[in-house]
Amino acid sequence: MTTQASAPEVSGRTTTAGRGKRPRPPFGVSAVAVLAVLIALFSLVPLGYVVFMTVATGWETAAALIFRERVGELLLNTVLLTVFTVPLCLVLGVGGAWLVERTTLPGHKVWAVLLAAPLAIPAFVNSYAWVSAVPSLQGLFSGVLIATLSYFPLVYIPAAATLGRLDPAIEQSAASLGLGAWRAFFRVVLPQLRIAMTGGALLVALHLLAEYGAFAMIRFDTFTTAIMVQYQSTFNGTAGNMLASVLVFFCLLLLLAEVRSRGTARYAKVGSGAQAKALRLPLHAYQMPAQLFLAALTALAFGLPLAFVLRWIMAGGAEIWAADELVPALLQTLGYGLGGALVTTVVAFPMAYLAVRHPGWFSKALELSNYITSSMPGIVVGLAFVTVSIRLVPEMYQTAGVLIAAYVLLFLPRALVNIRAGLAQAPKELDEAAQALGTPPLLAFIRVTLRLTAPAAAGGAALVFLAIVNELTATLLLSPNGTRTLATEFWTKSSEIDYAGAAPYALLMIVISAPMTYLLFQQSKKVAGQ
Amino acid sequence: MKIRKNALAGIALAATAALGLAACGGSPAPAGSASPEATNGEITVYNAQHESLTKEWADAFTAETGIKVTLRQGSDTEMSNQIVQEGAASPADVFLTENSPAMAQVENAGLFADVNKDTIAQVPAEFRPTTGKWTGIAARSTVLVYDKAKLTADKLPKSMLDLAKPEWKGKWAASPSGADFQAIVSALLELKGEAATEAWLKGMKENFTAYKGNSTAMKAVNAGEVDAALIYHYYYYGDQAKTGENSKNVTPYYFKKQDPGAFVSVSGGGVLKSSKNADKAQAFLKFITGKKGQEVLQKGTSFEYAIASGVPANEKLVPVKELQAPAVDPAKLNSAKVTELMTKAGLL
Repeated sequence: MTTQASAPEVSGRTTTAGRGKRPRPPFGVSAVAVLAVLIALFSLVPLGYVVFMTVATGWETAAALIFRERVGELLLNTVLLTVFTVPLCLVLGVGGAWLVERTTLPGHKVWAVLLAAPLAIPAFVNSYAWVSAVPSLQGLFSGVLIATLSYFPLVYIPAAATLGRLDPAIEQSAASLGLGAWRAFFRVVLPQLRIAMTGGALLVALHLLAEYGAFAMIRFDTFTTAIMVQYQSTFNGTAGNMLASVLVFFCLLLLLAEVRSRGTARYAKVGSGAQAKALRLPLHAYQMPAQLFLAALTALAFGLPLAFVLRWIMAGGAEIWAADELVPALLQTLGYGLGGALVTTVVAFPMAYLAVRHPGWFSKALELSNYITSSMPGIVVGLAFVTVSIRLVPEMYQTAGVLIAAYVLLFLPRALVNIRAGLAQAPKELDEAAQALGTPPLLAFIRVTLRLTAPAAAGGAALVFLAIVNELTATLLLSPNGTRTLATEFWTKSSEIDYAGAAPYALLMIVISAPMTYLLFQQSKKVAGQ
Repeated sequence: MKIRKNALAGIALAATAALGLAACGGSPAPAGSASPEATNGEITVYNAQHESLTKEWADAFTAETGIKVTLRQGSDTEMSNQIVQEGAASPADVFLTENSPAMAQVENAGLFADVNKDTIAQVPAEFRPTTGKWTGIAARSTVLVYDKAKLTADKLPKSMLDLAKPEWKGKWAASPSGADFQAIVSALLELKGEAATEAWLKGMKENFTAYKGNSTAMKAVNAGEVDAALIYHYYYYGDQAKTGENSKNVTPYYFKKQDPGAFVSVSGGGVLKSSKNADKAQAFLKFITGKKGQEVLQKGTSFEYAIASGVPANEKLVPVKELQAPAVDPAKLNSAKVTELMTKAGLL
């Protein structure tokens, strides 16, 4: 916690002397690098825990626990889930974004909000609603269904934001060179979406690996649900730790894939004059199918869960509204959500800055360290922090600070992906131009880069808030004694199949997530200059 | 213009975030500061029992003594392992479980203080370990709930061990991740030995369907998804007392005859040696095993068996004496071995 508190001081000190004639970075790159390294080292605590535990276990025991039939089953489930869900999310997310941003679809402004709306519904609430609607749901198919409906907005939002602010001049050039609308989309537009798509796909995949509640409810076993089961039986037992190490290995593969597919292309442009409004393609005969598609998607991803939460609320009547239980849970959720989002955004900035402005193996390695941490299920991060805090910093054990730190590590990439995309679109030449005109580097950075990045940072913060509101496992493990959040209370009640009693918590989670989801939507509009 | 709009958005976000920080500083702080205060007259209970039951106990105890009770919720062996890791630094004063194996684990780690004599005196010997390091606080019985439309009385298994036979393939459910089921396995291990337990678990893996939680398993039987489920009795009676929505097609069947499936599991309570509020913690344990605490079991909605202070069980339940449970010393139940065997069988 002390590392990010000292951030402004460090940057301030290094820059006051920087009133040079030549453009230079707003603050010493080394200061940012040191900060980023510290954060990265801190973020490696959970990984260090898993590695330490694996080594301490010894090869023979570890091998016996890793190479067994059950792990094979889990591996197959996890791989199939990822292989089906990620492409579906990409198709739905990019397709939806394109319809909303680049076609003359009537009602596109309403659809734009509705497609982001499922983000306000936690995946395990979605699962709870679907299980209420179709009690026999279970296994892979159900897992893919619920995960896709819950997570496609993670692709949709960055895709829509990027599509909205793409310079139509590129497409016009493509058209003037003889490309039709479809070919222009695939050859010109889609490559511009690369960062949004790879980032979004990685987020979806990481959610799939870390999700517990949604899959537990439909009896679909993944590594995370199996680790949780082991945890409930053994706390931080060896078998659970070994499952975690397999999961971490799996994450590493995903991360490598993302880094490779992100590419090194430059996406910023130095604008000359105002950018034209994005082109909108007439849909003609495809209008009805498009409307039906969006209606069906929204009904399944947002309408159905909302309807079933309300159904349980009606069924439960007045007795499920116990203010002495609901109000504290609501306040604690809000506190952790907003506090965690702020801290995470501040911490993510140096990482994103290095990644965009000083790309190279160093910045990629730093970012990777964060992705590794965030791809680990909340349960593992929780376990690592419980163990480390009780052994090394007992005065921090079971305090709110440890929980916030876990949230930061878990959700850093959500902020990072957004800030990075924002920075990538904020050309450093503008910064340099401001400096050339005599603005001190730090001030130029604040006035130009920070302002241009603010909407993306806000989007990132909103995503982190949403993630914290929905977080279950690390919260269960690390929260101070007596803490109850909406998510943990919802889970306790729905686990005892008190679906009516769980409904108010579900509704409250949706209600406090909604403004953040709307903020995300607003941001994408503002970035697009509408 | 564009930049100004963006800046406004940034300021709006910063304001929201600042609010968040304020809220954050405001709400979790009291929770965080609970532990130092606890030394001045509060107790912290690590609670693996049903939250609603312990909350009822805690509220009644606070009303009578003025001592505030903070609950931390978890499951049996999760919390026993946690306490072992926390060691002398554990913030817990009292540990309550649903089943005995987790208590045995903490006892074996040498972390329990002796239970006060007047508390011991309230609890019959069969519901507490001979060591006196912890005590039973309630009990629950193993039961097979089945769908009458699918199974007739003559087709019911004579013994729980029959469920591992091929004719039961695909016909029954359980919640292997739960402490309840693991306690049943620990009794099997104690009664029949390791080889028999391992063989039974292997057959189980072939035959059964895993659900998360006993209530979910019962709901599946009720919905016709599976013929029967091996759970504890009170899930059935609790649902019957409420709406019966998840148990209306379900009938409970007790194995009896000292079968491993007739196992009656003792829920435990103990005071941590490291407790800085030992007197208050002991008072809490005395309260829940006392008349008022046991009457919560008798008259409340938990439907677990009252066992101490001469308080009879809820009248809707089959009396404990009629259950013909096998004799098992609760202190001998081995949770670590059970987890190991179940992991080996691919159930965990």
